[in-house]
Amino acid sequence: MRVLLVDDEEQLVSTLAERLAFRGIHANWVTSSTAALELIETESFDLAILDVKMPKISGLELKKRLQVLRPAMKFIFLTGHGSEDDFNIGTAEAGKDFYLVKPVKIESLLEKMNEVMQQQGDGK
Amino acid sequence: MMTIRFKPKFWDHQDAAAGPFKSLFNFRRIWKQAAFLTAAVALIPLIFMAIIDYNVTQNAVESEILLRTSSLVSNTRRTLSFFLDERKFALNFIVNDNTPESLKNPERLSAIMENFKKSLGGFCDLGVINDSGVQFNYIGPYQLIGVDYSTHAWYREVQERNIYISDVFLGLRNVPHFVIAIKHSAPDGSSFVLRASLDLERFKELLSEMEVGGMGDAFIINHNGILQTPSRYQTTVLEKIPLPVPEYSPKTIVYQTLDRNEKALIVGYAYITDTPFVLVVTKQKTELMKPWFKTRSQLIGFLGVSISAILVVIIGVSTYLVNNIFLADQKRVMTLHQVEYANKLASIGRLAAGVAHEINNPLAIINEKAGLIKDIFTFRKDYGNDSKLNGLVDSIISTVERCGTITKRLLNFARHIEVSVQKLSVKSVIQDVLGFMSKEAEYKSITISVDIPDDIPEFESDRGKLQQIFLNLINNAFAAMTDGGKLEIWVSKHGDNEVSIEVSDDGCGISESDMKRVFEPFFTTKSRTGGTGLGLSITYGLVQEIGGKIQVKSTVGKGTRFTIILPLTYIKKKGEGYARIAG
Repeated sequence: MRVLLVDDEEQLVSTLAERLAFRGIHANWVTSSTAALELIETESFDLAILDVKMPKISGLELKKRLQVLRPAMKFIFLTGHGSEDDFNIGTAEAGKDFYLVKPVKIESLLEKMNEVMQQQGDGK
Repeated sequence: MMTIRFKPKFWDHQDAAAGPFKSLFNFRRIWKQAAFLTAAVALIPLIFMAIIDYNVTQNAVESEILLRTSSLVSNTRRTLSFFLDERKFALNFIVNDNTPESLKNPERLSAIMENFKKSLGGFCDLGVINDSGVQFNYIGPYQLIGVDYSTHAWYREVQERNIYISDVFLGLRNVPHFVIAIKHSAPDGSSFVLRASLDLERFKELLSEMEVGGMGDAFIINHNGILQTPSRYQTTVLEKIPLPVPEYSPKTIVYQTLDRNEKALIVGYAYITDTPFVLVVTKQKTELMKPWFKTRSQLIGFLGVSISAILVVIIGVSTYLVNNIFLADQKRVMTLHQVEYANKLASIGRLAAGVAHEINNPLAIINEKAGLIKDIFTFRKDYGNDSKLNGLVDSIISTVERCGTITKRLLNFARHIEVSVQKLSVKSVIQDVLGFMSKEAEYKSITISVDIPDDIPEFESDRGKLQQIFLNLINNAFAAMTDGGKLEIWVSKHGDNEVSIEVSDDGCGISESDMKRVFEPFFTTKSRTGGTGLGLSITYGLVQEIGGKIQVKSTVGKGTRFTIILPLTYIKKKGEGYARIAG
């Protein structure tokens, strides 16, 4: 499974990539949506883990663009916005997307990744 | 006690927060201005008109009395004049119808006298005097034939004026009477005088027939003020009356004066033409004015009652209106404070949310770094056996998790401040609120017990308002309790459509006198410790806004219990949109 990590907090995203690597999951990380869009042109990923709130292009917007380029790609959102309710109410566009609230336990993330990957369809 | 009972709420109100506009909120002054202005507008014309009407009516009554007196005097004067004229004409007829020779005959004169007594009355004697002044025939009680009157003043006057009417005098018989003498001149130049004495009985009768009223009097005086007929207050004739001699006037005159007792007296008089007599009528003004005094008392009484009624209405209406303005102002101030309070909460909420969100990112980094260290320990086995290092990392991870819980709770709480009606579980709302209070409870060693049965259904309500309600009640309970107190929260079903939530503490309690005012805005017993007196008032307003009821029971020294009854179905209130903006 190839994973793309996008978050404007480099310390967070790099550390998370390293932790995933310990668990045998190869993850590329970038710190902006623009960099993610550039990377996707040359690389392909099964799953993208996106921060919701990022400068210039938000995580939700990035998902839309990535979906155009890689329709089979699955997504998980990370948010600092508190809770499940908050996420659903505040960003209805996210629809059925999976999310996790920061700070996230690695076990929860892995569990969610498995869940997402087992999901049929295009992940909308 | 009466003063306190009827004192309006606004009477002692002082709005310290009004600042330079303090005078606008001086309700006592507004009340005074309204009451005095309305009273002035209503009463001044009324009193003015009453005074004018009083004077006009009194003057009319007085004029009427004077007119009636004048009319009475005039009529009586005519009667008296007629009486005297009748006798003058009769004597005149005799002197013209008889020759002096025939009148020398005592039988003839006696027959005339008899006829006078029968037909006219009042005649006492009758005498005939020749042109030398000697009485040559006389019919009467005395022997007066041969009496020489030539030197008497009356004889000279009758010679000059052909007629003479005397004042009343006593004469030989010592009985008051008066004399009428008529001179007859023959064509040959000879003359004689017919002289008749008349008693006062007819005068008295005529005067007694006058309607002078209870304390009135009618009498005759001569031109010198000597009483000619007996009066009510002066029975002896031929004495001077205490009143001044009225000035001559051909017409009837009525005037007002004071009697010897300084009482107002109405005096009417008329000079009886060609006689020495003046008819005088006196009336006690107070007697005549009695009907007016009665009417006046009734008018003054009615005016007094009217003024009292107007004042009562003015005071009542002014009090009602100013009280309504006061209540509206109180409501306005309350609303402003509620808005301010809600805005403050919202601001705090937004700040907390912002802070929590910003903290979540560094927390996530710490979490990941610590997680990586743990991973290194786990996967590389270099430090895996170092229990101390493992413990430290675990401690970091668990602390981060704890921080995460706090930020999540903060975000959750803040978010609901601005959220309106939604389906909620009362348990989660209470737990949210208690989450914030648990540390304070710990510091104060307060035990919190929550009893929420599982069968309490979720219901629709405003989560933000509910949070504020519980926060206020629990804060209040904490303030009332000393260290080691006990806070209990029970939730139970109340009928089919309501849920009851009781928040009770074992704190200091609320005194009976304070209980009545506990939900009033700005009522506080904690002013020294910074209480605004708005907490419970706002709580009351919030409970009402979400369609609930709030009750309080308290015993001083034992504790207080607030009971909130909430409907399971939310009823939308007017102005809810506004509250939401504010919140």
